[in-house]
Amino acid sequence: MSQQPVERRPNGAAFVIAAGLAVMAGLLLWDASGLKQDGGYAGVGPADVPRLVAYGLLVLAALTVVSGLRGDLPRAPRQAPAPILWILGGLGLQLTLLHVVGFVMSGALLFGMTARGLGRKPLWLTVTVGFGVSLIIYGVFDRLLRLNLPGGPLEMLIFGG
Amino acid sequence: MDSFGLLMQGLQAALDPMILLYALIGVTLGTAVGVLPGIGPALTVALLLPVTYGLDPAGSLIMFAGIYYGGMYGGSTTSILLNTPGESASIVTAIEGNRMARSGRAGPALATAAIGSFVAGLIATLLLAFLAPQVVKLALTLGPREYFALMVLAFVTVSATFGDSALRGLTSLFIGLALACVGIDSLTGAERLAFDVPQLKDGIETTTLAVALFALGEAFAVAGMLRPEEGMHKITGRVRMTTQDWARSWKSWLRGTFIGFPIGSMPAGGADVASFLSYAAEKKLTKHPEEFGNGAIEGVAGPEAANNAAAAGTLVPLLTLGLPTTATAAIMLAGFQQFGLQPGPLLFVTNAELVWALIASLLIANVMLVVLNLPLIGLWIRLLTIPRPWLYAGILLFATLGTIGVNPSPVELGMLILFGLMGYGMRLYGYPVAPVVVGLILGPMAEQQLRRALAIAQGDWTTLVSTPVSATLLAISALFLVLPILMRLRGRGGVLSQVAGDAD
Repeated sequence: MSQQPVERRPNGAAFVIAAGLAVMAGLLLWDASGLKQDGGYAGVGPADVPRLVAYGLLVLAALTVVSGLRGDLPRAPRQAPAPILWILGGLGLQLTLLHVVGFVMSGALLFGMTARGLGRKPLWLTVTVGFGVSLIIYGVFDRLLRLNLPGGPLEMLIFGG
Repeated sequence: MDSFGLLMQGLQAALDPMILLYALIGVTLGTAVGVLPGIGPALTVALLLPVTYGLDPAGSLIMFAGIYYGGMYGGSTTSILLNTPGESASIVTAIEGNRMARSGRAGPALATAAIGSFVAGLIATLLLAFLAPQVVKLALTLGPREYFALMVLAFVTVSATFGDSALRGLTSLFIGLALACVGIDSLTGAERLAFDVPQLKDGIETTTLAVALFALGEAFAVAGMLRPEEGMHKITGRVRMTTQDWARSWKSWLRGTFIGFPIGSMPAGGADVASFLSYAAEKKLTKHPEEFGNGAIEGVAGPEAANNAAAAGTLVPLLTLGLPTTATAAIMLAGFQQFGLQPGPLLFVTNAELVWALIASLLIANVMLVVLNLPLIGLWIRLLTIPRPWLYAGILLFATLGTIGVNPSPVELGMLILFGLMGYGMRLYGYPVAPVVVGLILGPMAEQQLRRALAIAQGDWTTLVSTPVSATLLAISALFLVLPILMRLRGRGGVLSQVAGDAD
């Protein structure tokens, strides 16, 4: 993590971060309000620690706003969006297709799209390499180490049920 | 039986061929990930946790410890040759080590780092063996309120004391604590923040969070970066250290060891802090001040010894108190729990054999590491030539493999992606990620101890400061929280931000 120069002007990101922290605190408080207060001898029940954490988060959110106004937060360096979208796409495809096409195919897509996102072209080549890699991983971890990886039609065909 | 006898017994157990194999796998993997920039020991242990479900507990834990030690060795290689630290504790090594490499002295720099790590690892592991039983005796006298105070101290040092902003460190910690609330409350069975999702009732998996923050977050950050890669320095000239190099190194190794071990063994920050302090000490004591900044061998020898000694030191609170003080230690704790073992004073009674075999294997692992790192250094350097697209594609595939292997549900994968994006955002805005992991794993433990302490005292909060030990610990925590803030306000924060304890 490199040090970014600190600029003294309000930083929009700080407000988004503070809002996120406040939402998290709100969730904790809302959930705590629905819990049965069952403190026993301690006088402290299951809802109290979440409440404390929530108050802490609210204080931190307020301080984040202050430091945002003063421009104390580091500014994010400029980012290239395309590679990140490639990786996110790969992860999303794996999530949706995992139980349809199995670990090997969805893994190949994730591998291929990540490599493509980081600049290796063309896509068909990276996905092919990914196919080989995930096939080996499936063989080693599912068959040898007995880790239960979801199989699809392809795994059935190659390794047989 | 005394420590020595127990250690000998442990050595016997550790010389079992299967255990030796586990240790060898551990140190090899550890060195490899230490060398690779971007993945540290914390991530590797997290990735391997699910894979070892079916394996032997002793072997797996020895493997994890080997990864931790190996990561500390391997990180120096990257620092010296690439000027990109392989893991956070090697940041300081990069200062002098990379200068040495630029002036054609990469060989001696690598050698002094490896031998220094060996000396430090050896001494520190022996110290661990002799200190641990004493701490266990002490630990048996501690009650819930003292444990709670210890955990508060760990929270503060992990998040607020070092780094460049207490606000951001504490924010990370509280995010971890909030995530720790999810799941079934262990004392009353009440469901918190589960929203009737079965996966959430079990709480958030440490491995999912750690893998997401470290692997996915890092991959996104690397992908989004616009600047090109830095070139690598070839090793030119002699690899051997000259007599003068030896003469200048050995004192630094010893100093580094004795700075690193205490810092690692107290809940006061991890290896990165130790290596920075060692660097500062070497700079002050050197007879060659003109060389500092231009490749002084002491500046490599000291910090490298310190970070290895600190790694051994962190095992003291982890094994004897069940208190993790670094992200790697936190994930190793999750590893112990996976096998139904709870580190703490009782572990030395109920699983004495395992503990001593683990400590003894660390000695053996240390020997293996010197062999792996000195003659085979050329092999590790080749790892640095793997192109980034393939490297990160592989890391992501492995990251999802761990999650899928434990719980192949879209919900778990969705959480992985979500936390990955969070980790990316945190990297962008300079929030440290380690406190989140420590908060997630220590949070429920601290809550339990707090509620137990209050139950014993019938709800009287003053019980928390009613014994000298707990009062002192809480006072130190308050000091560690306030003092750095004052230092930063008075413009002395530069020192603290350099000691930024980040990833491991």
